[in-house]
Amino acid sequence: MGRDPFQDRTAIVGIGQTPFGKGLADSELALACRAIAAALDDAGVRPNEVDGLVCFSMEDGREVEVARNLGLGDITFFTQVGYGGGAGCATVGHAALAVATGRCDVAVAWRARKRAARTSRPWSQVSERIRGHWQWSRPFGVLRPVDEIALLTRRYMHTYGATRDHLANVALAFRKHANRNPAATMHDRPLTREEYLAARWISEPLCLFDNCLETDGALAVVVTTAERAADLRHRPAYVHAYAQGLPRQHQVMTNYFCDDPLLGPSWVAGPKLWSRSEFRPADVPVAQLYDAFSPLIPLSLEGYGFCGRGEGAAFTEDGALEWPDGRLPTNTSGGGMSEAYVHGFNLVTEAVRQIRGTSTCQVPDAACCLVTSGEGVPTSALLLRR
Amino acid sequence: MTVEGWLLPDTEDPDAAEFWAACRERRLVVQGCADCGARRMPPRPMCPRCRSLAVRWDEVSGRGRIWSFCVPHPPLLPAYAAVAPYNAVIVELEDDPAIRLVGNLVTGPDGALNGVDPASIRIGEPVEVVFCRLTDDVTLPRWRRPAGGAGG
Repeated sequence: MGRDPFQDRTAIVGIGQTPFGKGLADSELALACRAIAAALDDAGVRPNEVDGLVCFSMEDGREVEVARNLGLGDITFFTQVGYGGGAGCATVGHAALAVATGRCDVAVAWRARKRAARTSRPWSQVSERIRGHWQWSRPFGVLRPVDEIALLTRRYMHTYGATRDHLANVALAFRKHANRNPAATMHDRPLTREEYLAARWISEPLCLFDNCLETDGALAVVVTTAERAADLRHRPAYVHAYAQGLPRQHQVMTNYFCDDPLLGPSWVAGPKLWSRSEFRPADVPVAQLYDAFSPLIPLSLEGYGFCGRGEGAAFTEDGALEWPDGRLPTNTSGGGMSEAYVHGFNLVTEAVRQIRGTSTCQVPDAACCLVTSGEGVPTSALLLRR
Repeated sequence: MTVEGWLLPDTEDPDAAEFWAACRERRLVVQGCADCGARRMPPRPMCPRCRSLAVRWDEVSGRGRIWSFCVPHPPLLPAYAAVAPYNAVIVELEDDPAIRLVGNLVTGPDGALNGVDPASIRIGEPVEVVFCRLTDDVTLPRWRRPAGGAGG
């Protein structure tokens, strides 16, 4: 197969974010506008040049509101991606596809979220009766995403001999990275293995520190053509490859009913991503893997081909995920578990910083960076390169 | 047993009504294709193997094995926080291990969600269905260790 015609045709040229916190005064729309304005300033692109918009279908402030507030130009490409945490890389990928095919010239993708907002926590919304596929789990007390993932985690541990120490490897690595990142919620909060093992349960076998943070905040990126990117102020983060994955017989979050529930969406998105790439997993010096829960990391390491099936937990041993000396420094800003949980969009912006050379856990001369979105839901992945 | 604040299924859901009706009669059924016979759960209108919209419901033995389980702790909705920590299990059916159902391991039809010591639960242990009547229309299938069985 020849070179994928989409490779390196577009680039992320601007990134922006709000502070991360709890109980921020801004609405989700106001947060989105702040982040997008910051991303346009970072890129050196005027708002009236923006003609493409891509957001999460869960987004509160949609295209019309964003465009009217920011004074954007005439928008000629706009779309939304579903499935919550699975959407992040896909919003960037759709923006890049639209730019690469001339549907628009400058596209913005973003995510704004207030975890305190009622709409941000679907599981807490009690409806009178449960319809659709949730009626096969919720009536039995499987209420929250953490319960849904705990069921898969227990099976994974049983099948492959993974332990809580492996999950701690994930939590501790990301916390160390956050401790170097002044923007991270957990910047000033070190975490020890003893504290991890003593933490309260949320849904056994998952404890407090296996869970992502709950964050108010927003992030945005600006995507344009490689030609335009060369004239802008930052080193472009080229969109080298992009893939989505919705496995056959998949069910969102409660993916227990297919033939092999431990083969999640990353097993579809991963091989497709590499088939479109000039890099192989062994070439990747740094990764940002979706971490709503710690066990998603070993599952993703397997699906994206960094190790064999069942080897993801063992991969985390010997500090493998830790900057600077690990074999694959991962979530170098702290990720969803220790920087901010904004449906994984901070993983995209951190990948751009790695390509630019401006991360607080910078991998020297990183040639490329993998970014993934939610494992456990229809997902997406990006490979950015210098 | 009080059900205030519990999340109950819509037993009139067109895809699932026959399942819940069977539970009211203390029968465990799974959906199958009336044309090719392939079983599928959760239920849905079309057979993913042969695209038939003709549905049948097969009664199964009600015996199975625990495939996985979790033990939720607060923060939870108040009705569930009141009985936490409790267990939730996934059971693979003895008749057809490709069919899995989410449920709870209890000591009997009216056993509490927190009535089994979570530390005693093992993946692979045998269980059998019991039917817990919650309202006029909602009877949930739950699971207990077989009498004199190898459980625990």
